[in-house]
Amino acid sequence: MKNNRPILLVEDDKIDAMTIKRAMGDLKITNRLVHVYNGIEALEYLKKLDSEKPCIILLDLNMPKMNGIELLKILKSDTSLKKLPVVVLTTSNAEKDKTESFNLSIAGYMLKPVDYKQFVDVIKDINLYWTISEIPD
Amino acid sequence: MSLDSILLVEDDKINALAFKKGLGRIVSDVELIVVETAENAINYLRNEDKIPCLIVLDLHLPKMNGIEFLNIIKNDISLKGIPVIVLTTSGNPQDKINCFNLQVAGYFVKPLDYFELIEAIFNYWKKSEFIHPIKVNHL
Repeated sequence: MKNNRPILLVEDDKIDAMTIKRAMGDLKITNRLVHVYNGIEALEYLKKLDSEKPCIILLDLNMPKMNGIELLKILKSDTSLKKLPVVVLTTSNAEKDKTESFNLSIAGYMLKPVDYKQFVDVIKDINLYWTISEIPD
Repeated sequence: MSLDSILLVEDDKINALAFKKGLGRIVSDVELIVVETAENAINYLRNEDKIPCLIVLDLHLPKMNGIEFLNIIKNDISLKGIPVIVLTTSGNPQDKINCFNLQVAGYFVKPLDYFELIEAIFNYWKKSEFIHPIKVNHL
């Protein structure tokens, strides 16, 4: 990534989170991965004064308590959080999820590949993109 | 659906050509529409039936600039769902902040190696899903 700030992963599935962590290790991505399990925990992390602000958010959609779309609505109506790039990483291929996500100005909507090699490719391309792109301070 | 059309808002013909060439090396079957001003981009978006998957925006444009364009797009209910990425020579921190506050999906400062830049951008976007935003009629 462009800077060393952590990547915030909002994901309720432990196996998917492990896969992402493993892919980051294989790709030698040095940013710390902060893993939270739902939208409520993500907000708690982002609002805590001593939390390191993430460079990007990787967001799953189907989660208990507060799902990805609900979290996006809150983030995008918050003046200090709306500038954070959010990349959706989900198994949901539903048009409704895509439409709602894009209308909430996400910066990419990636379907989670089943195959590990393809999963690594997705993480590799996300990492390279957000290394070349500027990131809000 | 996957990436099938891009609107490039770029007043420099040489840059537009380099973009087209770079894009062609990464993706095939993607329609590229090039307009030279933000006004033309808005006219295109409001009048064409087909809305592009992605907008690539230069900031320094004649008359209406890129930031003003973003302000209009992101406040238009039928257009705000189109991701916009900025390709600019401006390393101005204020431009960057304004753009991210206006919800850009990437901000790239030229000159990097142009082909490498295009390759990284579109390897990413060709993995993304897209929607066709529903158009509402403007009175």
